[in-house]
Amino acid sequence: MKIPYYPGCTLNTVAKQFDTSAREAASIIGFEMKELAQWNCCGATFPLTPDNVIGLTAPAKVLSNARKEGDTLTTLCSVCYNVLKRTNKVIRDNKEKRNVINGFIEEEYDGSVNILHYLEVLRDKVGFDKVKGAVKRPLTGIKAATYYGCMLLRPFEDIGIDNAERPTIFEDLLRALGAEPVEFANKIECCGAHLAMNNEEVVTNLSGKVMTSAVDAGADLIVTTCPLCQFNLEKSQPKVAEADTGYRPVPVVYFTQALGLALGQDIETLGFEKNSSDIMPLLKKKGIA
Amino acid sequence: MKIKLSNSDIQSTEVRRLERISGEDVKRCYQCGNCSGGCPVSYAMEIPPTKVMRFLQLGNIEEVRNSNSMWLCVGCLQCYSRCPQGVSVAAILEGMRQDTLRKGVSRTEVAEVPFPFLKKAPQQAIVCGFRKFVG
Repeated sequence: MKIPYYPGCTLNTVAKQFDTSAREAASIIGFEMKELAQWNCCGATFPLTPDNVIGLTAPAKVLSNARKEGDTLTTLCSVCYNVLKRTNKVIRDNKEKRNVINGFIEEEYDGSVNILHYLEVLRDKVGFDKVKGAVKRPLTGIKAATYYGCMLLRPFEDIGIDNAERPTIFEDLLRALGAEPVEFANKIECCGAHLAMNNEEVVTNLSGKVMTSAVDAGADLIVTTCPLCQFNLEKSQPKVAEADTGYRPVPVVYFTQALGLALGQDIETLGFEKNSSDIMPLLKKKGIA
Repeated sequence: MKIKLSNSDIQSTEVRRLERISGEDVKRCYQCGNCSGGCPVSYAMEIPPTKVMRFLQLGNIEEVRNSNSMWLCVGCLQCYSRCPQGVSVAAILEGMRQDTLRKGVSRTEVAEVPFPFLKKAPQQAIVCGFRKFVG
């Protein structure tokens, strides 16, 4: 099975480990992520007002390029997923906007690509049972906090990957990998997102609440699906630990790194050294590495 | 506090314009407060989401424009997810932000962007930040 794949700008640079671990895991499980021959940035934010049509042109261009390579498109970054999926819905359902956008990008795109997050590919195309069957290094004994953030889930009627208030897709995957998911209060709350650009204080507070609620629930590991969540959490963690001496710092990794680990990929190739937090002590403690 | 209301305030053309830009109807809000309860940044907002809606219903867009609320909204859509009336305060605040930026007024000047802090930041943070803060 070959699935056209849109990496997005961040996975091509600072989150390279997210991209490479996902591709390698796919090949172990038995599908290929075929990177689009041509792609551009999705714009990194879906325009929340219907008045802002220009903001839809960049993702529309991505979608129209994807259509030339098949009827499905997968992506890993939650923001790309959110932007592409919502833009696709606008193009599919709103004829007037479709015409404006197509006129602008000089394409004839109709909204017929099905956008799947990598988690959906694993759940719906591969099946978590099959993923479980491919596990060679189970993450036994690891209590994992599955941090969804916002873009993977909301708004429900446009995204629909899972229940927007009580999702389970991410926990189900971690369970298949042998880990024990923990229930924590802030798993669908925002990390502070783009406020990293001008309001470090709010980001530290929001990311801090996410990590504190995960650690209080007993997590030894936080797993993410978005490079911006990953950055905000990792960047905030030392400050959270400094402000609260009772806080126990934990490693933060991309879900594809946890997946690759469980599938038995060589640990050296998972790019853990590119993360700011160190997972190795945890893996040694649990007898996994 | 004594509030003086006039029909012309409530029929504010500025608010009608904002409704057109954002695609939202401010009158739908019945002030239950779910949005402020769920909003992760309401604690830092000078005017939290529920009050934003009330000010707009009363035609007082200036009060909201002069507060930091629109610049703090992260667009996480928790307000919209939990609104029993299907109102997106995020869309309304984005409409106000957009209107300001389109006039060429920036919240953050390029020179103020903390690039050393953002050295390892994902591009998406910078692209998104520029779109939300730079006019």
